Amino acid sequence: MTDADVPSPDEPAEPTPRNPLIEALIASSYGVTDDPLSGSNPGVRVPVENLYDLLAHLRSEPSLAFNCLLSHTAVDRPADGTIELLYVLQSLSTGQRLLVTCPVNRDNASAPTVCGLWPIAEWQEREVFDLFGVTYEKHPDLRRVFLDDDWRGYPLRKDYQDDFMLTPDEPKQ
Amino acid sequence: MSAAIVLLTLAERAAASLEVGIWGTAAWLAVAIVAAIGSMSLLGMALVLIERKVAARFQSRLGPMRVGPHGLFQTVADSIKLLIKEDIIPEQADRILFFLAPTFSLIATLLALVIVPVSPTLHLVDLNIGVVFFAAVSGFGVLGILLGGWSSNNKWSLLGAMRAGAQFISYELSLTLCLIVAVLFAGSLQLSEVVASQADGWWIWRGHVVTIVAFVVFIIASTAELNRPPFDLPEAESELTGGFHTEFSGLRFAFFFLAEFINMFVASALAATLFLGGWMPFQVGGWDTFNSVMAIIPGPIWFAGKVAVIIFISMWVRWTFPRLRVDQLMRLEWKFLLPIGIANVLIAAVIILSGLYFFPVGN
Amino acid sequence: MTAPIRTLDDRIRPSDTPDSPLDTQEYFINMGPQHPATHGVLRLMLKLDGETIREVIPVLGYIHRGIEKMGEAMTYRQFVHLTDRIDYLSALVNNWVVARGVEVATGTETNDRIEYIRTIFAEIERIQSHMLWWGVLGMDLGAFTPFLYGFRDRETLTDIFEETIGCRLTMNYIQPGGVMHDLHPNFVKRTKAALAYSKSKLHEYEELLSGNVILQERTRDVGILSAEDAVALGVTGPPLRASGVAYDLRKVEPYGVYDRVDFRTAVGSVGDCWDRYWVRVEEMRQSIHIVEQLIDNIPEGKTMLMKPAKKIVIPEGVYYNQMETARGILGMVLVSDGTSDKPYRIHLRSPNFNNLWALDAMSRGGRLGDLVANVSSLDLVVPDIDR
Repeated sequence: MTDADVPSPDEPAEPTPRNPLIEALIASSYGVTDDPLSGSNPGVRVPVENLYDLLAHLRSEPSLAFNCLLSHTAVDRPADGTIELLYVLQSLSTGQRLLVTCPVNRDNASAPTVCGLWPIAEWQEREVFDLFGVTYEKHPDLRRVFLDDDWRGYPLRKDYQDDFMLTPDEPKQ
Repeated sequence: MSAAIVLLTLAERAAASLEVGIWGTAAWLAVAIVAAIGSMSLLGMALVLIERKVAARFQSRLGPMRVGPHGLFQTVADSIKLLIKEDIIPEQADRILFFLAPTFSLIATLLALVIVPVSPTLHLVDLNIGVVFFAAVSGFGVLGILLGGWSSNNKWSLLGAMRAGAQFISYELSLTLCLIVAVLFAGSLQLSEVVASQADGWWIWRGHVVTIVAFVVFIIASTAELNRPPFDLPEAESELTGGFHTEFSGLRFAFFFLAEFINMFVASALAATLFLGGWMPFQVGGWDTFNSVMAIIPGPIWFAGKVAVIIFISMWVRWTFPRLRVDQLMRLEWKFLLPIGIANVLIAAVIILSGLYFFPVGN
Repeated sequence: MTAPIRTLDDRIRPSDTPDSPLDTQEYFINMGPQHPATHGVLRLMLKLDGETIREVIPVLGYIHRGIEKMGEAMTYRQFVHLTDRIDYLSALVNNWVVARGVEVATGTETNDRIEYIRTIFAEIERIQSHMLWWGVLGMDLGAFTPFLYGFRDRETLTDIFEETIGCRLTMNYIQPGGVMHDLHPNFVKRTKAALAYSKSKLHEYEELLSGNVILQERTRDVGILSAEDAVALGVTGPPLRASGVAYDLRKVEPYGVYDRVDFRTAVGSVGDCWDRYWVRVEEMRQSIHIVEQLIDNIPEGKTMLMKPAKKIVIPEGVYYNQMETARGILGMVLVSDGTSDKPYRIHLRSPNFNNLWALDAMSRGGRLGDLVANVSSLDLVVPDIDR
């Protein structure tokens, strides 16, 4: 397990000329930092307090026009005690893509809903709630989407256990 | 009930002519019942097999091939399977109506079947109001479907039954209007007389365009009455999972199934009788040699041929067209078929009053 | 807990009794998970008023296998096998997404032969997927014959897969670093013959179903999805293009060799069922056209550049890449911790999961029969929804 917040020093593909979009976002008042780990896609990290404002800005600003929320998912990082919410935004008009990462507290995972910005978020958030246990404030219909309503626990968390689980064999050295 | 009356009449007639006592009558009654059931099942099985074979050809496959030569006994095997299947009645069902519904369907079919004139001799009951009788009993058939959907206590069945009710009652209007056109031309409600009136030429040729229109509307409306695609909304397997007969299995399902196929035969037979001359051969005025050759072919074969053509068209349509939506179905009836039907009847009346026939008409 | 967590039972509570006896009462009806029109284990709770649809509530999870969780215990090569099982009609593109994700993350360059083979197979698979959809749409609308025609013609294409790949449905052919085997010697000849056959059959499809007046009645102005709604609801693929948004990843972010071929993006105007129908039929033609341009020019070269025994370790990071399957955009979020040869987290952005939710917007106010047409026109594959 590596620390996700600290980029490893020998990261080979650190893009030196930064994306102007990210420059502009960092300069804005949302507390945005560059996400060096986002691979070939531009990515930013944002604290949960500013998440909704940032996403609303990205959605409504005509020059950005991220009109499509392609995917919303989460990554459980028990070592940091966080769950990283990941929003994959795509603008169908400019063709730009942006990954927005937002760490939330693992024990009391909660984030504002973005259903009002992209209606599809209603169901993508339900999926994250179902599998990670992140609750969304003011979500209109927060139910489990795949599992039964009375299922216990959140299976995609790293420490999830239930009686039916098969534990993978230890790798042979 | 009326089926029993018809059978009793038959038996009485037989008893009277053979001068046997009450036991003889009872024996004849039993024979009549067995004959009716046997012929119906045979007819139904044959039609199912034909349908499957025709469908297979349309879909570039072979259809049933395993049971008997070319799958000839496939439907027999299927019928036996249906007979010995477990009879499932849903717990919440209305048991009495659940029992009555398929029976009603089958009885209505049986009643319609007895008036079909196959040939001058092979004509079970020649009612003097045959056409009216057909219209009446075909309206009785919908009762079975409505009750079946209601008694199953299943929302899908109920939806199917409600669709059936709306559809059958609407299309009955068009159907009856077409019957009226035929009756106007023939001048009789008795089916044997309707056939006899076409000795010089079938009404579909002689009735100007009017009878052609009536024939087409009759075929469309009867397809809707028969609950066959593209009007199979009460069943609509991809929408209603089987509609009114979702909950029926085994023998009860077989009753509905049999009724549907025999109804198809009856409707085709009626169309053949009213518009295509029934068992009358194809005759052209003046061509005496041709006419005499045509007349050699016996009546039942003419009749069967005409019915087969209509049934084939019905199957062709079934395996080609998608299904209509429920509101489109109603629109077709109330906005197109019904006005056409009414205008058609008026035109037919004008033609008959003014005597504008292509061919001289006897009587 | 900030938001009230509800259950399905709360959601489908019938409304209160009507005010006056003349009012109709809305009721709920359960469609699926065993229903002929939902093609698999999709369950829809319908709120109906008579036959008019008031609301569609999809209920999922009947084939949820936890593929994302399983992926965390597998190497990347092993995970490719699982992706066949999500959208089984686009198995090759699913493989390809994983392969490309790994290649991009590890900085592996593939050669032209590999990319040509991948593109050709992906397009053939698109044709066969759309053929199956065409048949199923016919069956859903009550015409059974197209169903058999679609399956019959799809056979010729699955035979091509069988010859080279050895499988007909779950192929697991495209691997990180290349493809599993080289092409079969018959491949070019056979593919050309199959394309000529498919072309003639497309004409037959037009005659049997497209021009049919009942099909037109059933699909035109049914289930209209406006362009804005489609984008906001995350709809991708043919349904999005039918709504008038010409967004096709093969055009806007070309992968494989799509930038070297000439093809048109089929775009609808109204966004009704007919447009979705037409877009897919047109896509079949364009896919045939793409393969025709590529089939004679497959360059020589190796077909596998990574040693199969090599342990693939991806540098730490979050990688996202996406491709256009027959149903829409399939995206893969791949999170690696930089030390293990297994993904730390893998998420598949499945096109069907996102397209499904447009069903409610499309179907409200329509009839029950329209809902069936809408489900069919979205071309849902349920294992891809549940994953």
